Amino acid sequence: MIRIKNMYKIYKMGDVEVRALNGINLHIKPKEFVSIIGPSGSGKSTLMNMIGCLDTATSGEYWIDGIPVENMSEDDLAALRNEKIGFIFQGYNLLPKLSALENVELPLIYRGIDSARRRELAEAALYRVGMYERMNHKPKELSGGQQQRVAIARALSNKPSLILADEPTGALDSKTGIEVLQMMKDIHKEGNTVVLITHDSNIARNAERVVRIADGVITSDTTDVKDVVTG
Amino acid sequence: MNIGMAFKMAINSVMSAKIRSFLTMLGIIIGVASVIVLVNLVTASTLSMRSQLESMGTNLIQVSINRGGWGQTRSVSLDDIEELTGENSDLFEAVTPLVSGMGVIKYGTNNVSSSLTGVSEDYLSIRSREVVDGRFITETDCDNRSNVVVIGEYIRQELFGSESPVGQTVKINNEKFTVIGLLDQKSSNASSGSDDDIIIIPYTRATRLLRNANINSFMVSAVSSDYMSEATEAIENFLYKKFKNDDYYNVLNTAELIDTIDDALGTMSLLMAGIAGISLLVGGIGIMNIMLVTVSERTREIGIRKSIGAKRKSIITQFLIESAVISCMGGIIGIVVGIGGSYFVCKALSMDAVPLANQVTVISGSFAFSALIGIFFGLYPANKAAKLNPIDALRND
Repeated sequence: MIRIKNMYKIYKMGDVEVRALNGINLHIKPKEFVSIIGPSGSGKSTLMNMIGCLDTATSGEYWIDGIPVENMSEDDLAALRNEKIGFIFQGYNLLPKLSALENVELPLIYRGIDSARRRELAEAALYRVGMYERMNHKPKELSGGQQQRVAIARALSNKPSLILADEPTGALDSKTGIEVLQMMKDIHKEGNTVVLITHDSNIARNAERVVRIADGVITSDTTDVKDVVTG
Repeated sequence: MNIGMAFKMAINSVMSAKIRSFLTMLGIIIGVASVIVLVNLVTASTLSMRSQLESMGTNLIQVSINRGGWGQTRSVSLDDIEELTGENSDLFEAVTPLVSGMGVIKYGTNNVSSSLTGVSEDYLSIRSREVVDGRFITETDCDNRSNVVVIGEYIRQELFGSESPVGQTVKINNEKFTVIGLLDQKSSNASSGSDDDIIIIPYTRATRLLRNANINSFMVSAVSSDYMSEATEAIENFLYKKFKNDDYYNVLNTAELIDTIDDALGTMSLLMAGIAGISLLVGGIGIMNIMLVTVSERTREIGIRKSIGAKRKSIITQFLIESAVISCMGGIIGIVVGIGGSYFVCKALSMDAVPLANQVTVISGSFAFSALIGIFFGLYPANKAAKLNPIDALRND
């Protein structure tokens, strides 16, 4: 599913070299539910950008579904993101002028799916997250939890290989956060590969496997999630 | 992404910031409207000058002889003119001397000062006018130097009011004349200075009345407007043979006059369109400015779109269509304002408005130009948007 080999990401800030990723090796199998955990500045956001094909590495190799990503053009990366990855962001990142339905349709538009089929897929995704009744609402007419559910529907609408969630509960109260996490678990049970990026080990424990990153390297990788300590 | 969706999105985003969109369009609106008004104004004045000239007849050649300095009496005689027309009977249809001056015409207590013209019986056909009451001057009137006069509608209104003019006796410069005819009305309100402000008497009588024994000017009609250049040349050759100097006479033909006016006004309308085009260009820069602001305001939106799979082309298309929609809407509003504006300006200057059919070129031209400007000045901002890095764009708040 995902294979990362010897990945480095080095930023030059003046004369100082910052190694955001300092030799990462990671393999995620299909239908896994993996948390990537680390404090801020650990390199987890950089890693998420790499996994999400939003950025390219300084060196190293990356395959998603067996496709090598390193030398792809910007447009090829856009097409790859559209096809393989469903993003769920901390700030929801819905387009404020579009309705819930139109937001969910957006990835399908960029994929070039005709309007009838598009609507069908988008409505199904909204139904899946329980937002079918509110599909004509604008984001600002929805609560945070509802917006995040629309964002999840958008991530699911394209039937991607990988759901990539970046602090999906970060902006939510704990009750709504638990609902969203439950939804992530359900999505995983339905056969999706899910990667969850967080700084919170309580959230990370919801996954089957927890990868801890610090200073650009993986410091632990365990499927024994009960052992993951706080902090 | 398909174009229909992009249009829908562009119109949504233009409509969601109405005042800003309107202000952005304003440059284009003013540009397009002023192109249309200025070009229409020039066209309307061309058309009205043309129609005035054409109403005179397109086969007319007017010849005037410069009298020369003090004491000079350069002129042509009637014999000269007859010799000329005799030689060119295949080119000329008719000829009339023109002896002009000012006259005061009196009837009872009413009097009008007007231009007085002495002509021959051919005047009527040359100027393609008609007598609506009574008759025109005849050859006999000319031979006998009869005291007869034909008047225009303006003179009739001023002198006679509701009375019938034909058969009445009037005084012109204190000499008695009998009114024998009334000319057809040429201008819409028969005002002073129009073609209806006219007094016509036999030329033989006019040379006496105006104490001007010489004929300094005459008018020839060619058999058709196709023979204008040959006819003009024949006259010029004749006059050159007589005077040996082409400064001593002036030959004017209406066809050439119309061409000259068309040329001059054509150049003028290009110039006007050019000046107004500059304001369109300025409008385009305004669009570019606002689109750049829009791109930086919507960095996050661009980041989201890119992260879920928008390619460069989709982003460029989106922003280009948006700027094209703004400039095309501006163009359409400008066309409406321009058509309305030129209608009112023409009304205010009491000219006939240019028919819409004649405006097709300028309307479609200025619309196409404004659309092009939208696309051209949208290119840079759209490209800037498309080049944004999705991570940087997402990080932007």
